[in-house]
Amino acid sequence: MPLSRDQIARRAAAELEDGFVVNLGIGMPTLVANYIPDGMDVWLQSENGLLGIGPFPTDDAVDADLINAGKQTVTARQGASYFSSSDSFAMIRGGHIDMCILGAMQISQEGDIANWMIPGKMVKGMGGAMDLVAGVKKVVVAMEHNSRKGDAKLVPECTLPLTGKQCIDMVITDLCVLVMDEGAQRFRLTELAPGVTIEEVREKTTAEILVDEKAVSTVEV
Amino acid sequence: MSDKQHDNAAAVFGDLKNRGIIRDGMSVMVGGFGLCGIPEQLIIALRDTGVKGLTCISNNAGVDDWGLGLLLQTRQIAKMVSSYVGENDTFEKQFLSGELEVEFNPQGTLAERIRAGGAGIPAFYTATGYGTIVADGKDTRAFYRPSEDTTLFNREGDRDDPPSKRPYVLETGLYADLALVKAHKADPFGNLVYRKTARNFSPMMATAATTVFAEVEEVVGLGEIDPDQVHTPGNYVDRFVQTVSEKRIEQRTIRQAV
Repeated sequence: MPLSRDQIARRAAAELEDGFVVNLGIGMPTLVANYIPDGMDVWLQSENGLLGIGPFPTDDAVDADLINAGKQTVTARQGASYFSSSDSFAMIRGGHIDMCILGAMQISQEGDIANWMIPGKMVKGMGGAMDLVAGVKKVVVAMEHNSRKGDAKLVPECTLPLTGKQCIDMVITDLCVLVMDEGAQRFRLTELAPGVTIEEVREKTTAEILVDEKAVSTVEV
Repeated sequence: MSDKQHDNAAAVFGDLKNRGIIRDGMSVMVGGFGLCGIPEQLIIALRDTGVKGLTCISNNAGVDDWGLGLLLQTRQIAKMVSSYVGENDTFEKQFLSGELEVEFNPQGTLAERIRAGGAGIPAFYTATGYGTIVADGKDTRAFYRPSEDTTLFNREGDRDDPPSKRPYVLETGLYADLALVKAHKADPFGNLVYRKTARNFSPMMATAATTVFAEVEEVVGLGEIDPDQVHTPGNYVDRFVQTVSEKRIEQRTIRQAV
């Protein structure tokens, strides 16, 4: 059974460590906030100038001056800080964020990512994605393994315009988990979703990946 | 009332237009992230001057009927320098028809270009955008990562166990003819305090334009802002006006009270 969106988010949350400063992208990555292990102190950063995102506000506590990068109203947790966009991106580009989790349209076998534009379609802009992939210590992609049309998203080389080169450390999909082997500059298959086979992953992946059958475990769900 | 404080944005903008400070073809920085922290009444005042052919430097482009969307509806903007423009159909139509020119900047590059311009720095190197279309036509150069070179700081010399260099892209600073910013509080000197995530781009923009105009919610007396709490020192601010902001919300997300 391929993982559901929530199961992908839960697996991504397993990468968190106590005290981590983390930036979550819009969409499926946002769900990761729901699976932060109990008792773990994780600081969520929002690139519009907030470190320490809290839960959504109650109706009477909504504040138009307090939003996240997805423009949703939020709250700030105890110990939070506000800062300008340049301070926020100094934090991102200066390597002061431990991990970010974002979605992708394509990932190349060398760890390039494309997630901001499709030629011929309306371009909305890259927002902070290029800064995040260039500056954050550990860059994790959470995505569906294949496009809605069934095309491979893990490809030899991205055909869509890049967001960043050789910057992805880990990919979590509905089928499997892949970790970048920096020496080989290829992703290594480390985990399979329950019931998913190595053959199925190979069939749905056009990128060259490293597989050591004995070293592949099953994603805990 | 200090000579920086004005009652009526429309009257000041009219005066600035008569003096040629607000004019066709000028560049304007506009603070805000989405609709949060936009100088909403100053945008309306700028629209009402009728100036055209503007280059607007702003992270987003408002929505169809609010923020910079108002200036798009009236076709007063010729070019946008932004990082993300998702929420605006007027924008999309004008962009696709070729009426509107758009330069997309990574959000951190945009913020740093403004910060640099305001600090008198004409250009800087950043890793963001290397190997992407953002770097097309720009100089690139390899440096050690600052955090991996704590002895020679990218100057020549013998390093013990030198790390590998990384490629960086040369980006230029931005400085505009006019900046419109939104703050929570001002004093007569123009010291500004922002509120929560409404701060975003305004502090840098207030340093990076020939004329800086702030819209504020509250005006207090000189000395009533603790100097330790000033975000933008008053010398950066040329004029300000107190307004009642609508503060529209794009996505009202709530949880149930327990």
